Amino acid sequence: MDIFVQQLVNGLTLGAVYAIVALGYTMVYGIIQLINFAHGEVVMIGAMVAFTVINALAAAGLPPFLVVLAGTACAIPVCMLVAYAVERLAYRPLRAAPRLAPLITAIGVSIILQHLAMLVWSRNVLAFPQIIPLVTYGFLGATITGVQLAIVGLCFAMMTGLALLVYRTRLGTAMRATAQNPQVARLMGVDVNRVIAATFVIGAALAAVAGVMVGTYYGVAQYTMGSVLGLKAFAAAVLGGIGNIPGAMLGGLLLGVVEALGAGYIGDLTDLCRYGLGPGDSCADGGHFVLFGSNYQDVFAFVVLILVLVFRPSGLLGERVGDRA
Amino acid sequence: MNRSRIIVTALVAAIGLIGCGEEKKPEPMKKTNVEAPPPPATIDIKIGHVAPLTGGIAHLGKDNENGARLAIDEANAAKIKIDGKEAKFTLIAEDDQADPKVGTTVAQKLVDAKVAGIVGHLNSGTTIPASAIYNGANPPIPMITGSATNPKLTEQGFKNVFRVVGRDDQQGPAIASYLAATKKPKLVAVIDDATAYGEGIANEVEKTLKEAKIKVLPREKGTDKTTDWKAVLTKLKGKRADAVFYGGMDATGGPLVKQGRELGMKAVFTFGDGACTDKMVELAGASAEGLLCSQAGIPPQAADKKFLEDYKKKFNVDPILYAPFTYDAANLLIEAMKKANSADPAKYLPELAKIDYKGATGKIAFDEKGDRKDAEMTIFTIKDGKLGPIAIIKGGQTISYEDFIKASAPAPAAAPAAEAPKAEPAKEAPKEAAKK
Amino acid sequence: MKPGRRVWAGVALVAAALLVLPFALSQAGTAWVRIADLALLYVLLALGLNIVVGFAGLLDLGYIAFYAVGAYAYALLASPQFGLHLPFWAILPIGAALAALFGVLLGAPTLKLRGDYLAIVTLGFGEIVRIFLNNLSQPVNITRGPQGIAGIDPVRIGGIDFSRTDRLMGMTFSGPTKYYYLLLALLLAIVVINVRLQNSRIGRAWEAIREDEIAARAMGIDTTSIKLLAFALGASFGGVAGGMFAAIQGFISPESFVLVESVMVVSMVVLGGMGNIPGVVLGAVLLAFVPELLRWTVEPAQNALFGRVLVEPEVIRMLIFGFALVLVMLFRPAGLLPSAVRKRELTHHE
Repeated sequence: MDIFVQQLVNGLTLGAVYAIVALGYTMVYGIIQLINFAHGEVVMIGAMVAFTVINALAAAGLPPFLVVLAGTACAIPVCMLVAYAVERLAYRPLRAAPRLAPLITAIGVSIILQHLAMLVWSRNVLAFPQIIPLVTYGFLGATITGVQLAIVGLCFAMMTGLALLVYRTRLGTAMRATAQNPQVARLMGVDVNRVIAATFVIGAALAAVAGVMVGTYYGVAQYTMGSVLGLKAFAAAVLGGIGNIPGAMLGGLLLGVVEALGAGYIGDLTDLCRYGLGPGDSCADGGHFVLFGSNYQDVFAFVVLILVLVFRPSGLLGERVGDRA
Repeated sequence: MNRSRIIVTALVAAIGLIGCGEEKKPEPMKKTNVEAPPPPATIDIKIGHVAPLTGGIAHLGKDNENGARLAIDEANAAKIKIDGKEAKFTLIAEDDQADPKVGTTVAQKLVDAKVAGIVGHLNSGTTIPASAIYNGANPPIPMITGSATNPKLTEQGFKNVFRVVGRDDQQGPAIASYLAATKKPKLVAVIDDATAYGEGIANEVEKTLKEAKIKVLPREKGTDKTTDWKAVLTKLKGKRADAVFYGGMDATGGPLVKQGRELGMKAVFTFGDGACTDKMVELAGASAEGLLCSQAGIPPQAADKKFLEDYKKKFNVDPILYAPFTYDAANLLIEAMKKANSADPAKYLPELAKIDYKGATGKIAFDEKGDRKDAEMTIFTIKDGKLGPIAIIKGGQTISYEDFIKASAPAPAAAPAAEAPKAEPAKEAPKEAAKK
Repeated sequence: MKPGRRVWAGVALVAAALLVLPFALSQAGTAWVRIADLALLYVLLALGLNIVVGFAGLLDLGYIAFYAVGAYAYALLASPQFGLHLPFWAILPIGAALAALFGVLLGAPTLKLRGDYLAIVTLGFGEIVRIFLNNLSQPVNITRGPQGIAGIDPVRIGGIDFSRTDRLMGMTFSGPTKYYYLLLALLLAIVVINVRLQNSRIGRAWEAIREDEIAARAMGIDTTSIKLLAFALGASFGGVAGGMFAAIQGFISPESFVLVESVMVVSMVVLGGMGNIPGVVLGAVLLAFVPELLRWTVEPAQNALFGRVLVEPEVIRMLIFGFALVLVMLFRPAGLLPSAVRKRELTHHE
């Protein structure tokens, strides 16, 4: 039982990271129906900038909390700048183009950002300085670290903050209006370009925080870390209902838990020896014949994505979207 | 229509130009490596070196290249005579990006450039297909690798393939038996990173443990980019594994042991040479304390002192991992050429096969497959935040590291001992030539 | 409209250049002929993807999976892995059929998906195929996982072994040179098939779906079968190319079939001119030779200027890809050699 709880804890933490990144995807998609492939790279840039800052301050003897905060404070503006530049230069000119164009551009931007980061920082894995002391709490037999709690807490805080922004401020109203119908919003006096840029920038700020979280939680950062994370976070956004903010949260947390439980249990579940079905003598002496082991951990996100898109394209919390060509 | 025609004609013209121009292109490459027209009494010998100089393990690739380069520069300085002419060695260093496709292209290039020998590659995944290309050359070009540990390399039956480092099916059993003997685990979990190297060594470890009648859990796998191991580790914690072996690199091994300790696991974490680096301390911090890992061959610190000093002087850094081996590999090629008094692969290959040489990594001789005879394996641990050797396994025997250092000649004597072999072959070469 | 004499002269010139190319290149070394072979493989891939992306307008980001299927089919049927050694002319159709099957499997769930979702799902499929290939070494060793399959039989036609060098009529035919001609012949066949397809009822149906799917359905086109046909045919070409890749390289592993390769093939189609066969060929040739040219020019240039290589050619190459994709989409979305139709479509958004 304690193992199950532990897996849940792991999954929720992982899911919280996915959720924060998914928020960025879902906001952008909600407003301009574009899958921002480069969003994962923005997360990576956030982690890299934070790494540089934390590395520089690590020896200064400041409390770890402040060091991480400094890292985050530097990462956010850099990521916002990158996202704004990408939106202005690569996406805005293609706003009226057929769907294929901005998608391909996004892939190109993603490649460029990755390799620029490789040039600026390093192609090797960067190790975050181990300044955060390991604090663990017991909970129903599972071990939770301070960092894990911080991540989950931050995730909820950010979602609340974002929800407040979208539902209680003028900018948020403008965003929702633009998402519903850009032409009419423009007629109502909304500066659509600014609103879209703001969406990207807010998403980037969230991505920066996610990047710092990933860096401090796992202790590593590499220029390739954005792509897989981005894909999985996108799958989470789709799962929850793309364009839907609580959906992104739900999708993220759910995907994280599915991955953790899947990786933890699928090996045992598909061990044919458990059901006495092992071929030949592979089950002799307590042997195992595992069909799908933890090897397939990464596949879960994709399988979830495909299943959702095939059976319930609007996701868990989304409204039904018609086929727009 | 017009525009298409223009473009097509331009293409054809370009191809024609390239076809004629190609003859010139390789020349500049060669010229930057070879100096101004050499005096008639010298012989130009090109030695190729291939390793990933870009990508995740570029630092190891550069380390390898430095080792080979040091040997080549020393050989040039020593003004060796081969076939009566002064030998001028050039190192042609190439990047295979750890990608088999690029590796085979680069191998073909080196064959075209008529190199006399190859030091490389680094990864088994690129060395194996490249070795087929070197073997297909006429005559086959001798290739010595200082770091590819996959057993398959020397099982292909190619007579021109050698390695100066141990194999995974020697390293795996070494670390596994050390683990079994010293920590006596009851249940071991084996994880690999689903790469050729990681899976290979994990398989060997599992086999050895099973032969020692130790229970092994079903294999867990990650990828070479996995950062979140919590799900797998939680499962292993639940199964009460008291030791974990991970076949993979430090970039993923570091987070593995860190997260294991965060989950409160008390198991002994064991690694192969891919994760037996100082980076583990950087990545895992205090969690790295007490881990075990193995390296094929003797540790860099135990390498010949003169080599370590010369390397440091020339490159301003200490060797990282395999530099002593590539240094020896390059020197072996040169030694064999001296013994055969020829840089022709067909002539010096037999000498290489039966060579007996003391290099920076100890005594080297090859068996009939091209593997190093009696390869040593070193077991390391991390103590007080530092990676240090604790035992050497040679020929199935485990010797503690201190005993090993005492047993090999003490430092002052080692220097002349290392010098002597360099002086002797120069004297022996004319004798060999006279005998022939 | 019959093509004029000048066009035929141009074609003859190109044909002559192509036939002589391997000998011109081998002056610089057999390595360049090898590179030409790999470039031809990319051209085959680009033509296959062109059917899916260019003709039918379905953005497939996992195309390399079909390449992988074809390659592994060849490897499993002609290597020591299972001890089977079928001849290449038997395996290529099997590989093509298997790839077509995978194409249908991929296509079936995605029929209702819109452009961007389709792209992501196909990307997911590509990754799933690669992960499966990497892990099918346990519990039963089918693909040998990350170790890859080595010792794949080369092509043998009538006693001529394509991996050896032979002398014929006073000329030296190295292994790569022989493969070059075989690939050229395959390329010709595939180009012909593509041209006929483009001008057939099926081709027009694809065009209709690409322009406006709902209208196409209203006109009575069975969009389901037509889309699946696009996937299957495109995939089968990839499978054929994959089989040839396995034979030429003699060794395959899942590392060769990563996402970046899919993106590269998409770049080739996009850059060259989606839906336009000459354009796609141009795009593939350009992008396939770029890394090698970079290595020959950029490295020595940097060495001369800075004394060392500051930015590796590999990084520059990827940056070029990225910028090429972005710049092409911004300024010339129909590609370098656009087809007139596509050009109209993609630029009229101004």
